[in-house]
Amino acid sequence: MYAASDLRKNLRIKMDNEPYVITEFNFVKPGKGQALYRCKLKNMISGARFERTFRSVDVFEPADLQEKKMQYLYEQDDKYCFMDNESYEQVLLTAEQVGDARNYLIANIEAEVLLFEDRPLGVSLPNFVDVVVTKADPWAKGDSVSGNTKPVTVETGYILQVPTFIEEGEKIRIDTRTGEYLTRVKD
Amino acid sequence: MDGAWSLAKKRRALQLRAKILQELRQFFIVRGYLEVETPCLIPATAPEFYIDTMTCQGWFLHPSPELCMKRLLAAGYDKIFQSCRCFRQHERGNRHLPEFTMLEWYRRDADYWDLMEECEDLILHLAAALDYGAALSYQGQIIRLQKPWERITVQGAFEKYAALSVEEALSGNCFDEVLTDRVEPNLGRERPTFLLDYPLALGSLARTKKEDPSLVERFELYVAGMELANAFTELTDAQEQRRRFVREEDDRRRAGKPPYPAPERFLASLGDLGESAGIALGLDRLVMIFADALHIDDVVAFPPETL
Repeated sequence: MYAASDLRKNLRIKMDNEPYVITEFNFVKPGKGQALYRCKLKNMISGARFERTFRSVDVFEPADLQEKKMQYLYEQDDKYCFMDNESYEQVLLTAEQVGDARNYLIANIEAEVLLFEDRPLGVSLPNFVDVVVTKADPWAKGDSVSGNTKPVTVETGYILQVPTFIEEGEKIRIDTRTGEYLTRVKD
Repeated sequence: MDGAWSLAKKRRALQLRAKILQELRQFFIVRGYLEVETPCLIPATAPEFYIDTMTCQGWFLHPSPELCMKRLLAAGYDKIFQSCRCFRQHERGNRHLPEFTMLEWYRRDADYWDLMEECEDLILHLAAALDYGAALSYQGQIIRLQKPWERITVQGAFEKYAALSVEEALSGNCFDEVLTDRVEPNLGRERPTFLLDYPLALGSLARTKKEDPSLVERFELYVAGMELANAFTELTDAQEQRRRFVREEDDRRRAGKPPYPAPERFLASLGDLGESAGIALGLDRLVMIFADALHIDDVVAFPPETL
């Protein structure tokens, strides 16, 4: 069981026998008042979204879902194909089921595909993914102030802010939970 | 992972934070306040139902320095301020850190109206010293700082924004939900707002209002929908304070929370307190407003998850 203080973004809970994922989470607490846990939830089967505010006395059942290690193969017509590493079975996920993970889907990356009664529901990636920068403005040498940023495009088409010294062709590490740049990777 | 980058991009916010600390010291020193330091580790705290403290070696990490500061006040230190770390278990969100920085100040011969004016002066002083002029821009909203700021009672705000009386919200067991969902987002929009005169049950250490004993002389300051500070005219009746503490402590124990010892030395000092008022302002949130930061993590170097 989870307590309200365990709630966080991406946690999966079961309500009325259906799996839900918390898509947005915020803790609010008015001065001298009680802690409130404001959540946006998504039904992982129907995709229906709604908002609920919980109190610290509320408890939750974890959603009983299976996770299988699979390899990402390709994307076609907005469907994303993954292959089970053991059975070689392939499953297709919709763009919606893949969500933000599509920003980091490089060929052959290993991912955890989430299944509910053998139906694929979603996918989760390693926390850190290394990708190649495919488009970047050149570094103006005068600009050496630490903390300055510029936008670059990576091989998946994802655009993010990075330090100004990053150049085209370099590999960078992204935190897939936040979508933010972490560090430059040297092969 | 690479922590240096996440620290480097906070430079501007951390510089602003340092400047705010320097300028607020200046503000209080010029006004004759004495800067004090009181222990973080204390043997007893004020029993408040919704504040869970952290313990260390059988004592408590203070959730606020108020008890020690009021003992100083009672001992004749008439104007004191302190900026210090405070600790509250389980409080983590866009505007909450379990370890955060509080600015508190206390004054003899003052009430909560005096502190409202002092809040106005403090933030105007900071805005001028930091070259913001008389307006702030927070998340696309312009907040004008010219005095006087808006003053609205809790009752008035509930009726205006939630079409509900405070009594209805309390009896419907939804006061906090209505306050945070429907009232707070409307406060401090064009100019800062003082939300004042809370129901008695929501001000354990505040003085009862003479004109209406069902209310206490407490206010909260809001800027751009964000709660920045909480203040009272201090309750100085030791017996009444003890009764309220016992009530809170009973509620805590009934809910299965760990028992708190009564802060006896604080209670003993109350008789000498005299008319006074005190305020606690969340310094991290103040920096958020000036830095136009949406998340409290943006204005501290090390949120706990990065340690």
